[in-house]
Amino acid sequence: MSTTTATGRKVKTGATLANTVVYLLMIIGGVIMAVPFLWMLSTSLKPDGEVFSYPPQWIPSTFAWDNYKLIFTDAHMIRGFFNTMFVVIPTLVIGLFACALSAYAFAKLRFPGRDKLFMTLVGTMVIPGAVMMIPAFIMFKTFGWTDSWKPLIIPGMFGAPMTIFFFRQFIKQLPDELEDAAKIDGMNPFGIFMKIIIPLTKPALITQGILSFNAGYNDYLGPLIYLNTPEKYTLQLELASFSSYYVTEWTLIMAGAVVALIPTLILFAFAQRFFIEGIALTGIKG
Amino acid sequence: MSANTVKPAKKKSLYRSEMWWGFLFIAPPFIGVLVFLLYPFVNSLYMSFTTFNFGQPADFTGVANYKRALTNDPLVWKTLWNTFYAALGVPVSMIVSLIIALLLDRKLRGRNFFRMMFFLPTICSMVALAMIWQWIFNADFGLLNYYLSELGLNPPAWLVDEKWAMFAIIIQGVWGGMGVSIILYLAALGNVPSSLYEAATVDGAGGWNKFIHITVPGISPVTFFVLITSLIGALQDFPRFQLLTGGGPNYSTTTIVYYLYTIAFEYSEMGYASAIAWFIGIIIMFVILINFLLSKRWVHYN
Repeated sequence: MSTTTATGRKVKTGATLANTVVYLLMIIGGVIMAVPFLWMLSTSLKPDGEVFSYPPQWIPSTFAWDNYKLIFTDAHMIRGFFNTMFVVIPTLVIGLFACALSAYAFAKLRFPGRDKLFMTLVGTMVIPGAVMMIPAFIMFKTFGWTDSWKPLIIPGMFGAPMTIFFFRQFIKQLPDELEDAAKIDGMNPFGIFMKIIIPLTKPALITQGILSFNAGYNDYLGPLIYLNTPEKYTLQLELASFSSYYVTEWTLIMAGAVVALIPTLILFAFAQRFFIEGIALTGIKG
Repeated sequence: MSANTVKPAKKKSLYRSEMWWGFLFIAPPFIGVLVFLLYPFVNSLYMSFTTFNFGQPADFTGVANYKRALTNDPLVWKTLWNTFYAALGVPVSMIVSLIIALLLDRKLRGRNFFRMMFFLPTICSMVALAMIWQWIFNADFGLLNYYLSELGLNPPAWLVDEKWAMFAIIIQGVWGGMGVSIILYLAALGNVPSSLYEAATVDGAGGWNKFIHITVPGISPVTFFVLITSLIGALQDFPRFQLLTGGGPNYSTTTIVYYLYTIAFEYSEMGYASAIAWFIGIIIMFVILINFLLSKRWVHYN
């Protein structure tokens, strides 16, 4: 009896010790992850003179909210934000629709060569993006599309193989019964897609919508290659020219970084689950 | 009897209309791939044999561009070397990710919070992250060097020191690149059948043995997936380098794709850039092929 309790306690102490070690390591890891963000926040709120104080001061003596006021009223940042929305949203909506529609065809409709066509489409994903950078630019330049948003907007509207792959996986799992009932009622495949498939695919649409919004919002390379006129700059390009513009005014540079991260962080706070599930699913099934 | 003959006929006509709907629905992505991917892809092969630069008419020069890249442009080799050096971050990041996933793979209060912390940089804009890290790595006033000199060390100037700049970028990459692999590893760890561990415990196997003989083979398909996707990413990586150091000092942080970008968009030598792009593409394919061949020895699909 007494030995049992002794062993029981021993096991428990062992487990607690292990958990303590794990917590300790996790806290160290968490701090390493958090410090750059906290330091950004701290710097962004400092009055001008305090940035170069030694030793570094974590809590500013007074909160210089003016730094943010400057960023939020910066005409370039505002214009950049709206340009980004204009580039990202139409591509997102139309692109997701195209992806879901073709995924539905690949998952449920019967037509010759269906699976081979699907594999061909997915197979194009092996072409490295870096290799495509130059030829795509040459093509868009001959189209006269450079220094416009067209190369950033139009290709995405045709749908991306990765997203189609993801949707097909999802739609395949849906039961056939509802579709069959609608077919008997004489509904055509497009009607079935609009009235039955789209509502059932909502979780997958939201997941991909969030991932592609975030990717589009953060895109730097595309705008860097195609946009020259400052009036057309997206937010990320504005932000990148920021650090060369303000050089050593770290308070403003950091405030700019904070402001640019806010939409992503808000999105992540509300839709963390979708981000993580979306990525886990793509990884495991791909 | 008549019903029997009508039924398949009707089914067939339904099938036929379904076929046209199907082709209609899949047309947009195929048009997209043909126009925006395959056409430029093939076209660039032709370009790589010419002197195309948008200006005067292009001359067909055969393999001259390739010859120049391989034998007459030391920067190609230097930046290729830099790229492989930078790719050392891949195994480091994978090992750290696996350790973190193992630590998180237990019923721990705050597990989701920690997972979120490691994931956070993955979704943040590289431009903003680069700004933060430039400030942290700042030689005179950076946070990192303050704490390092507090420890009595004599820290380098990081991003502006030719010897250390790449190392600094690797640190940034490991810090920011673990989110996806941790999530994938966590999912994989959860999928290793617990019966295997129980059987091993009965046989008296210790924790380390269980890890080597059960966990590692059990998660090997995910390890392989993470390795391949990270390698493909690392061999093509460059916006990070452009934002953090501008490729310097003295090209020490210019990766090959960054160099490709410079040739194309700063010198407008599109023909030569196309040849280098193909050269990079072939290297990437080669690295992937080797990994697929090697994978037969260590990846276990049950």
